[in-house]
Amino acid sequence: MIAFAELLERLTLTPGRLAKIALLRRFFETEPDPDRGIGLAALTGELAFDAAKPALIRALAESRTDPILFGWSYDYVGDLAETVALMWPEPPGGASPKPLRGPPGPLAAPPPAPALLAPPLLAEVVEALATTAKADLPGLVAGWLDASPAGARLAMLKLITGGLRVGASVRLAKIALAELSGGRIAADDIEEVWHSLVPPYGELFAWIEGRGERPDPKDAPVFRPPMLAHPLEAPDLASLALEQYLVEWKWDGIRVQLAATAGGRRLYSRGADDISAAFPEILEAMRFDAVLDGELLVMRDGAVAPFADLQQRLNRKAPTGVMLQRYPAAVRLYDILFERGDDLRALPFAQRRARLEAWHAAVRPERMDLSELVPVGDIAALGDLRLGARAASIEGLMLKRRDSPYVPGRPRGLWWKWKREPLNIDAVLMYAQRGHGKRSSFYSDYTFGLWRGEPGAGGELVPVGKAYSGFTDAELAQLDRWIRNHTVGRFGPVREVAHEPGEGIVLEIAFDAAQRSARHKSGVALRFPRVSRLRTDKPPDEADRLDVLLRLTDSELDATASQAIRSVAKA
Amino acid sequence: MAPHPESWLKVLPQGLYCEPGGFFIDPPAPVERAIVTHAHADHARPGHGAVLASPETLRLMAVRMGEDRVAGSRQALDYGEPLSIGEARVWLRPAGHVLGSAQVAMDWRGSRVVVSGDYKRVPDPTCLPFEPIACDVFVTEATFGLPVFRHPEPAGEVRRLLDSVALFPERTHVVGCYALGKTQRLIALLRAAGWDRPIHLHGALIPLCRAYEAMGIPLGPLLPATEAPRGTLGGAIVLAPPSAIADRWARRLAEPVTCLASGWMRVRQRAKARGVELPLVVSDHADWDELCATIEEVDAPEIWVTHGREEALIHAVTQRGRRGRALRLLGYGDEEEEAGGREPEADARPGAGPEASAGTGTDTEADLGASAGAAA
Repeated sequence: MIAFAELLERLTLTPGRLAKIALLRRFFETEPDPDRGIGLAALTGELAFDAAKPALIRALAESRTDPILFGWSYDYVGDLAETVALMWPEPPGGASPKPLRGPPGPLAAPPPAPALLAPPLLAEVVEALATTAKADLPGLVAGWLDASPAGARLAMLKLITGGLRVGASVRLAKIALAELSGGRIAADDIEEVWHSLVPPYGELFAWIEGRGERPDPKDAPVFRPPMLAHPLEAPDLASLALEQYLVEWKWDGIRVQLAATAGGRRLYSRGADDISAAFPEILEAMRFDAVLDGELLVMRDGAVAPFADLQQRLNRKAPTGVMLQRYPAAVRLYDILFERGDDLRALPFAQRRARLEAWHAAVRPERMDLSELVPVGDIAALGDLRLGARAASIEGLMLKRRDSPYVPGRPRGLWWKWKREPLNIDAVLMYAQRGHGKRSSFYSDYTFGLWRGEPGAGGELVPVGKAYSGFTDAELAQLDRWIRNHTVGRFGPVREVAHEPGEGIVLEIAFDAAQRSARHKSGVALRFPRVSRLRTDKPPDEADRLDVLLRLTDSELDATASQAIRSVAKA
Repeated sequence: MAPHPESWLKVLPQGLYCEPGGFFIDPPAPVERAIVTHAHADHARPGHGAVLASPETLRLMAVRMGEDRVAGSRQALDYGEPLSIGEARVWLRPAGHVLGSAQVAMDWRGSRVVVSGDYKRVPDPTCLPFEPIACDVFVTEATFGLPVFRHPEPAGEVRRLLDSVALFPERTHVVGCYALGKTQRLIALLRAAGWDRPIHLHGALIPLCRAYEAMGIPLGPLLPATEAPRGTLGGAIVLAPPSAIADRWARRLAEPVTCLASGWMRVRQRAKARGVELPLVVSDHADWDELCATIEEVDAPEIWVTHGREEALIHAVTQRGRRGRALRLLGYGDEEEEAGGREPEADARPGAGPEASAGTGTDTEADLGASAGAAA
């Protein structure tokens, strides 16, 4: 429990990816079975407890502490589990013994007295929670708290109330496990068996440490690492042999994998998260034996709704009946990986596409259609097509080589994504905040605004978005310096900078789309905003007006754009 | 019958005043005569007419503010040496807070008050331990006056730091710690844990380390961090004022692991808000248990609280059948208010280099907590 608690704390506070992997790897390397496996399950969200409600924790704390002091402490800390963990009375000579007075002089710190009680093992906690009657829970939990130091108390309380939130993705844990194998096993290999495994993963650790065979997923609906595309840049475009490629629209939803086998049905996100519960209507429609790759979208009468609609569904673990009606989900299929147990991934894309079309015609699954192939004559026509791609549901174009096998990861030269040309506005920097990790000493998160009304004549700047990227290191240093020298106010970690008609800094902001939004003060939300240039040549009063942005929203652009797409596609 | 201490130890606008002795204790404003408990900036202010303090405190004050700014006249008083000032009899006892820190004990007509200044009860290799004195009124701080504050054993915190150095041997571990007391204690704890490699220091920490060494506290090999070529400090431990660890100064370090040594690090959100990757709960102030235990030990019927979270401590004191009183002294809490909503930055003043300003002004633990709290 102590090693797990320490791991949790460090993962929560560590921004670096490599550092997180190192911490995870060390934990898996040094903790014994089954505790490391239980820890892995807790980190990856496979363990869910709701036996202990916050009310139970609160009642326990009130039975052991002064209610007035508890109230003040809770006000100060702001988190119930943490308050209880921190102020839980420690028995003398118990969890973290500490002598009140020692002899003066150097080297005076004596070794800690042996603890009378030992904190429970993670596995003990998990087992006891599963078998203990509700009425006996408070006594059980209190006993654990008595035996543990503060860090372990917090981890335990978070775990048993289901409030464990760690800044480590499941993927990082798999990479750490792959490292542990000494390079014999890749993270993608682990991915392919992962969803057939159960805690405490004894089989997995045996495989990784070379003590056992690769676990056989048999017919479980496991996740297959997806194939991803490279962004198409000018040099690649010049040498592109278009006739070797098939072209599709790049739809603006989320990439998903549908796995339906004799062993069950699962809907996975691109990052291997099981999102089945959030989309029951898709699961219901998966009455087949195949593994498919596609785009999850909200669709009404065959028309794709804006990404914001899908977001309503993505925010929920389980949708209500109203949500299901208002935001109906569908999948636009791109590829087929398995058909009735046959692994098709080694086949060329053109053949897989033919298999997909034939399969779709035969099975006719509900809520699923095919992502159309777009006929394109030459590179010039392709360019026109991309320029016209301005509908809310389309992000750009996908180019897939006809002979490409389905390879996990991002192999070069097989698949390209060519996003539509970004839109641009000139906005005024209003607030800045420091970044994380390597950027923690730089002001690198920028809130920018546009003018509502005329600057200098009653007009005001309205924040329209935040950007964290797009600038070079030199530009970051320049912005950081400017911000420090032009700070006019501070709100915690946020600096307000000069943003007057005659004083301020103008940023050219690129973004993929603008959508009407009632939740934003400006009435508009930007997709993927980033800084494309510093416009030090422009005074703030020459920055764009909010009206300009409103005219660039999808609803405004849609009518004309979709027309253009149709005419170009026909040509 | 002995007079009640309220009749002779008073809270005046300039600070806590001993009427029969004609002196103030740790006055935040310049006064004619002051006794200073320890050399932290919020207790030891420049500009007094005459200052009485322990020899170590006088020395550290001179290092911090310059010889000529300490006071018009200085008087050193060793621990345990009684001295008559006016009608009062005064003596100092170790407070265990930092080198030279003292409690001020005062007797007048059979009535005794002890002003603790800031104190802690865990052993500290860089200063003498707190010695309890039985008294009628015990005047205490309450910086960590909430039961959530319980500092773990410091050697364990240092082990966590060394463990992280072993796990990330290419990265620099930069530890924020204030210049006077915490820095030297951390160095001593590292030495006790077996770390005998050079420890690198931010420029603002060097003079006080030299002063500690000159007063007989060995700190082992120390090197200025600024003289190391950029990017060569991988695997090293670097100490710096809290304001410098996540700012421009730290950019010279190799992928630093940002650590902060402070009692406030007990609360995770405080660590998170400051971008601290490895919080080390090491404090030179008494934690909640130490505050409560000390009050029992000195066994004073009345407890006065100078600064900090006094309401919780007074509540606890009342529960135990003693009288509690909040002095609400201005000055110690002042930086907390000033720092509200602002970041404790080295470069807060335009044009001031971080080396010039960091660590020489408001770098006490109380400030740290206030600013962290404001950011949270």
